[in-house]
This record gives sequence, structure tokens and C-alpha cells, in this order.
Amino acid sequence: MSRAALLVLADGRFPAGGHAHSGGAEAAVKAGRISGAASLADFCRGRLHTAGLVAAALSAAAALGIDPVALDRAADARTPSPALRVAGRKLGRQLMRAARAAWPSAELDALGREFPKGAHQPVVLGLAARAAGLGPVDAAYCAAYESVSGPATATVRLLSLDPFDATGVLARLAPEVDRVVDRGVEAARRVVDEGVDALPAASAPLLEIGAEAHARWGVRLFAS
Amino acid sequence: MHLDHNHDGRAAVSADARRPDGSRRALRIGLGGPVGSGKTATVAALCRALRDELSLAVVTNDIYTREDAEFLLREAVLPPERITAVETGACPHTAIRDDISANLEAVEDLEDAVGPLDLVLVESGGDNLTATFSKGLVDAQIFVIDVAGGDDIPRKGGPGVTTADLLVVNKTDLAPYVGSDLARMAADAKAQRAELPVVFQSLRSETGVADVAAWVRARLAAWAA
Repeated sequence: MSRAALLVLADGRFPAGGHAHSGGAEAAVKAGRISGAASLADFCRGRLHTAGLVAAALSAAAALGIDPVALDRAADARTPSPALRVAGRKLGRQLMRAARAAWPSAELDALGREFPKGAHQPVVLGLAARAAGLGPVDAAYCAAYESVSGPATATVRLLSLDPFDATGVLARLAPEVDRVVDRGVEAARRVVDEGVDALPAASAPLLEIGAEAHARWGVRLFAS
Repeated sequence: MHLDHNHDGRAAVSADARRPDGSRRALRIGLGGPVGSGKTATVAALCRALRDELSLAVVTNDIYTREDAEFLLREAVLPPERITAVETGACPHTAIRDDISANLEAVEDLEDAVGPLDLVLVESGGDNLTATFSKGLVDAQIFVIDVAGGDDIPRKGGPGVTTADLLVVNKTDLAPYVGSDLARMAADAKAQRAELPVVFQSLRSETGVADVAAWVRARLAAWAA
């Protein structure tokens, strides 16, 4: 296993479409729920322990070799908002393209054939990690970190927030990211024996509702 | 792992000339340039000039709305299923250069839905003078500036002005009103671009988009050859 491969996959500049998505931050900024560094930290903490935890567990399970089709269905069931399901599959498709170019793999090819319009992003992320020779812990770290780094970067653009403050938010969340990864990987290991129902189903209703409203805006900076 | 593995079949990633089914894909031409220079108007004029002789489609990259796509729809330059808008997360240059995945998918979906296509025009959201298209996304790029944006833009250069396959200086009809010196712009462009072509155009004149359309036809002939 190459430790550097993890850096390639986790790099915010990995060309997989994330730059056009705010992870719900744009809707939260407009609603006044994010107005500065402190409320960004609250938002990220909420997203980490809900959508982030689910994504981390899905990615870890995919990296362990659990059937990605079953995981994709599990992701659907854990994403009530149709707009977020569309966004998740779009990002999955974009990640698939980048991952296949970076780490060609028969498993990625098979998933691409199964879901030509995209599987859920965390599932593709887990398989990409597997193709890169990484393990479930690495996959979960990518997913959990992404769940907070996306909104933090987007908020810098949306609020002209001081980028040092936004990075400080991410740094202070690091110990919580560690714990979410532990929980996600533990759940993923249970899936091996118990099936996908062992995956967490933590949900953030405001993220789901905000995403539905956001998808109907006529003017917006981010796709989700 | 085989990192030097050749891309074949469905693993084709971006610039490959063949589609997964083995057919030749459409020629992709990018149009970039500063805000308000006339990119969308040029795309609309190109569609009107070429739509009877070619199968074509358009991808727009708006910065924060679907305005450009909606303008093209309203003008009915092409049937709606041939126009797609990509959202760019406040960074149009990222979507055409650093992370082209959403644009590639838009192009491929258009080919799947309404293909076979001869030509796809990819319009960037209005950006700065350094915005250029990735070679993984387009085969050639047009950079559109206008005389009202300042006649020193060709002299200042920058990647768009210097390296685009075609530089279009738009709105020449406005030159007398804004005090722009077209001869000076032509000389500066020549100095920056050497042999690369430059077109001076006014979409309000009788010639309209004819010179740019002719350049596109020549690129298409070379692509199909």
C-alpha cells in the first residue's frame, strides 16, 4: 500500500467535480445558518456526524469489497432528498472517470458498466481507494474529511470568509473526524456478516430540506 | 496495478477521438473570454450559420445562473435537447481547465441523446484573460474579446489572447464610440500571436459571424480527414 496514493485521492484538486458543490453550505448561508467561522464549525460538525458518517461507512464497506450494487441501494435508502441523490450520483460518475484514469481496475470498470450515469459517490470512492491499493480506513478518512472540507471551501467563496479561519475550523474538527472514521469502519466490518443494514443511517433533515430548496433556486453559485 | 494501461472501450477518459462504441466523436470547440465580450452572441450566430449543414450541440458554463443556456433557448438557435448547462461552483475556469469532468459528461450525454454530432461548442462562463480550455476537453479554442473592453488587451497578452487557436475581436462597430484603435489592436495581436489567426467581427454587420464560421468549417474538415 502506498501512503502517497491516499494523498492523491484525498487532494481537493483531484479532478472529480467536487469544486462545483457546496455540501449544503450555500443553502445554509442563505438561510443564515452559516454566517462566520463559528457557525461554519457547527454546520460542519453536524454534517460530519450525519452525512459524513454514512459516507465514511459506505466508502469503507466498498473498500472492503462488499457488493457495490447493494451499497448503492443502501446509499439511496439513506438519502431522502431526490436532489441529493442526483448530486451524489453525478459526483460518483465524475469520480469514476478520474479514478479509472488514475488507477485502472476491473472492479471500477464493472461498476461503471453497472451504473453508466453514476453510482453514489461514497461507493465509488471506496472502490477507487481499493483500486489505489488503499484500505477501508483510508477510504473512510477520504469520505469523512470530504464531508467537511467541501462546505468549508465553499463558504470561503460564499461569504468571503477568511481562508485561515476556514482551515482552522477543519483543523479543530480533526479529532472528531478520527472518531467518525472509527465508527464508520467498525460498521463497515459488521456489514461483512450482517449485511448492509449494519450501516449507519444518520440523517440531517435540514441538509435534505435545504438541498431540495436549493435545487429550485434560479440563481446559485453551486450545483448542490 | 497497470498505471500505463491503455484506455480502451468504456475506459476512454477524455480526449480520445473514438467513442466507446468505436464511432468517431464530434469535434469540440471551446469559446472563452471576458464577461460581456460576446461569447454567447457568437455561439448563437454560429448555430444559425451552421445548423443546416451540421449536426451540432452546445454546452454552456454559466457562473451562477442558467442565463446563457436560456438565452440560446429563447433565441431558438437549436432545439432545446441540443443545449446543456453545466454548473461551475463560482469558478468557470476550473470547470474548463482544472476539473473538466462535468463538461466531459455533458458533451458525452449530448452525443448519446441527440448524436451522432459533428460539432459541440463548449462556451465558458465569462472569466479573466488567463482562462483557457484543457486539451482533454476541447480540440480547439476561440478566445473572444471586444473593442469596448479596452484596446490594450491584445498588447497585454495572457494565455487566452496569446495561445487560443482563434482570437476574435468582437463589436468592431463600437470602435469609433469607445475610442479603440483597431489597427493598433491588430498589430498587437500579431505581435503576441505570430501566425495564429485573428478575426475582427461585428455581429451587426452584414458579414456577421461568417469568418469565424469559415474557420470552424476548416477545423471540421481537418478533424474529419
